[in-house]
Amino acid sequence: MGLLSDPNRRRALIGMLTRLNAPICMICYMAGVAWFMGLAFEPFTLRTYMSENAMGSTMVEERFPAGERALATGREFAAHKKKTGGMPVDWLVRTMQARGLEVYTQRFSRKLPFPDEDKERYMVKGTNVYGILRAPRAPRTEALVLSAPCSPGNENNQAVGILLGLAQYFRSQIYWAKDIIFLVNEHDLIGMQAWLEGYHHTNTTGMDWSPLQGRGGSIQAALSLELSSDVVTSLDLVLEGLNGQLPNLDLANLFYAFCQKIGVLCTTQGKLPRNDWDTTSGYSHAVQTMMLMVLKQASSRPWGDHGLFLRYHIEAASIKGVNSFRPYKTDATTVGRLLEGMYRKLNNLLERLHQSYFFYLMPSLTRFVSIGYYMPAFGLLALILLLRALDLWVQLSSPPTRTTEDGVEVVPASPGVLSILTPLVISHLTGVALYTLPVLSQELAVEHFPVSETEAVVLTAIAIYTGGTRSHDTHRLLAGEGTEQGWKVLKLVAVLYLAVLLGCTALINFSLGFILALTLVPLAAFITPHVPKTLSAVVMVILSPGLTLLFAVFFFQELQETPVTLQEGWMLYLSVISQGILDHALYGSLLYPLAALLVYPCWLLFWNILFWK
Amino acid sequence: DLNDKAGQFFNSGHTNNWAVLVCTSRFWFNYRHVANTLSVYRSVKRLGIPDSRIVLMLADDMACNHRNPKPATVFSHKNMELNVYGDDVEVDYRGYEVTVENFLRVLTGRLPASTPRSKRLLSDDRSNILIYLTGHGGNGFLKFQDSEEISNVELADAFEQMWQKRRYNELLFIIDTCQGASMYERFYSPNLMALASSQVGEDSLSHQPDLAIGVHLMDRYTFYLLEFLEDIHPSSTTNMNQLFKVCPKSQCVSTPGHRTDLFLRDPGRVLITDFFGSVRKVEITMETINLSSPMEPLPER
Repeated sequence: MGLLSDPNRRRALIGMLTRLNAPICMICYMAGVAWFMGLAFEPFTLRTYMSENAMGSTMVEERFPAGERALATGREFAAHKKKTGGMPVDWLVRTMQARGLEVYTQRFSRKLPFPDEDKERYMVKGTNVYGILRAPRAPRTEALVLSAPCSPGNENNQAVGILLGLAQYFRSQIYWAKDIIFLVNEHDLIGMQAWLEGYHHTNTTGMDWSPLQGRGGSIQAALSLELSSDVVTSLDLVLEGLNGQLPNLDLANLFYAFCQKIGVLCTTQGKLPRNDWDTTSGYSHAVQTMMLMVLKQASSRPWGDHGLFLRYHIEAASIKGVNSFRPYKTDATTVGRLLEGMYRKLNNLLERLHQSYFFYLMPSLTRFVSIGYYMPAFGLLALILLLRALDLWVQLSSPPTRTTEDGVEVVPASPGVLSILTPLVISHLTGVALYTLPVLSQELAVEHFPVSETEAVVLTAIAIYTGGTRSHDTHRLLAGEGTEQGWKVLKLVAVLYLAVLLGCTALINFSLGFILALTLVPLAAFITPHVPKTLSAVVMVILSPGLTLLFAVFFFQELQETPVTLQEGWMLYLSVISQGILDHALYGSLLYPLAALLVYPCWLLFWNILFWK
Repeated sequence: DLNDKAGQFFNSGHTNNWAVLVCTSRFWFNYRHVANTLSVYRSVKRLGIPDSRIVLMLADDMACNHRNPKPATVFSHKNMELNVYGDDVEVDYRGYEVTVENFLRVLTGRLPASTPRSKRLLSDDRSNILIYLTGHGGNGFLKFQDSEEISNVELADAFEQMWQKRRYNELLFIIDTCQGASMYERFYSPNLMALASSQVGEDSLSHQPDLAIGVHLMDRYTFYLLEFLEDIHPSSTTNMNQLFKVCPKSQCVSTPGHRTDLFLRDPGRVLITDFFGSVRKVEITMETINLSSPMEPLPER
């Protein structure tokens, strides 16, 4: 008879499962972590290669000559920016028109839910300026975008200069098959969001913008340029976008191919490439690069102006110029040639980029790990939850009988629905409070406490988070004493809930799912009311999502080689929370609602199980 | 010796020449296939075959592609020495009309009644036909337009139909694709000679990229074939054995192949111009006709 249908064998299998459950869970956990760490080991990764046939090799002749003139334009832009104290709209419109582009502007305004440190006011108003270079012979069905942000102070002037220089050069070529849109956006991501919403006629975030007068067809690819110095020593590629979405790997491959051809040093995550993968320091370098990408992806925020394009299925990346203390400098003409080459190759595209991977991790710019290789790491962690659920199910279906004083065997009563439902409802209500109250009650908080609005929001959130841990008393009040069966059923429900939650998160944003799994899965596996209460409470708090975020902030700063003190780290932590809430309100980032409405209640359920009476 | 010369004159049995030149790939990065076909077209026209006897099938328009930095030209050599597009090119089947069905219908003559003459292969039993195919191919098939394929079996059967319908006297088949030799493996009709740019298992390579235009301009085999053909003029006596030597492995990287077992004449006695040129033959008659006397019906033969 078959393995599962033979009752003897089934009993043996189930017996083995229940006996060895804890050891198997431990092994799975260690295997999952080891698998993840092994992803950065070079022989386990693949070298990047160009998958799109239409882009072929780097076979074009780059002839952009006017780097110095571009820098001069950048300086003019800086002067006008200082004079107008913001975006020099008229000067930009005139300059773009002089270069033969069709120029349009867009005004936008947004009321922030609370003022953050950068903006320091509720209302953000701005103007985007963009010029369209029409393809000389092609129908206006497709477009490419090159954007540079208009930043306050002395930042990104050279980026705008190069953008205008390239616009002039591109205008005199006849081989463009797609329209090219040169965009200068104000207020970084807010302006970019307004422009994208206007371009695609969607209004998902409640912003106010004037409709766009000129359009260029469906956008195939976009690059965002950030350059704040006349010469650069390296170019950094930023890929992570909103909600952990990544552009097609072919865009990164294209960038690297041109960097190699032209001879510019190119990096990702700001880490220089190394050749010594077989040494410990080489391996740890690769691990650090990969961990930076994982942390950035898990934060679900767009790490460059390109991050908002990805939602519209437009492959986009940001290129940052870095000027550090190295002897070999690259001038503006070379940067212009690199961009020219990339745009000529993107011009050859016949369809959207789709041949290469959309889900990947990069331990370096030349190596990648695809979803088929990294997902088993998460699968092993999710397996632990399923094993635990099976164990509980087995225990619940054959409950140990108790003998009362009379000697009568009594099967313990199955728990009432109320005793299970109560913790669930209370936890989710606390989650809803955590999601809505901080922003709603900021005026109240500011009246009574001497804090700014941002601090009020963040501190309210933390207060609700810690206050929620007192919720474990509530179920006793409402449902009376709990039973042995009761907590097992609740734990079964909680474990399955966590498995589904983490599974769905990992599918959309692997890094977020994996990091949450690393801390929540051991918690879920070993929490029962019978473990020592104080020690477990401390461990639970350490492994809770809030503190995971705190450790992640410190770890992130370490990886970027800018370690922070405890005080600075704490302030950074508070600003990360406020930024997360702001990202959700402004661009629709899903980290804050996910954490507040789903992950936090799940953690509270386990807290309830720990303090079950 | 006059008889000898006359005999030499009537060495081959054909009275007219046709050419069917097909480029099966579209998209800008397949520029070289269109350049290949247009190079052979140019040679064939230069050696005398008129447009009315050429069926030119190009799957995409490279000269007027938006990405072409030199519009209205198709170059075969970097440094832009030779514009094979010229200003008198006549394309008979263009764009999406280049399909396997249309190609086979052209070969076998089974076209709807409304098809214009320029799109028909109106060959007879005294026609020598040159068929040139280029594109992306594999072991036993040739890809048309990224959506369908023609197999070597289908091609062999089409040629057999042509033989049964007496649509050719002799046929020269040249193919420049990867694994091209697999396409002539299955031929079984008489009077077929075939050349391919690479053997089964080998890839045919492209020649050189042009950085200003941004694509590869030609494939190696056709590049050297064009170089060879540029030296041929309508009265040259170069024979097929020299054609077999075009593009040895040192230049082509792949090994060109040929097949002559179905061909009845000795390839050494077959002139290049028998297929690539259009040498009009004149038949000498010994009869005199008196134009001043009233017409009489010719006596029965």
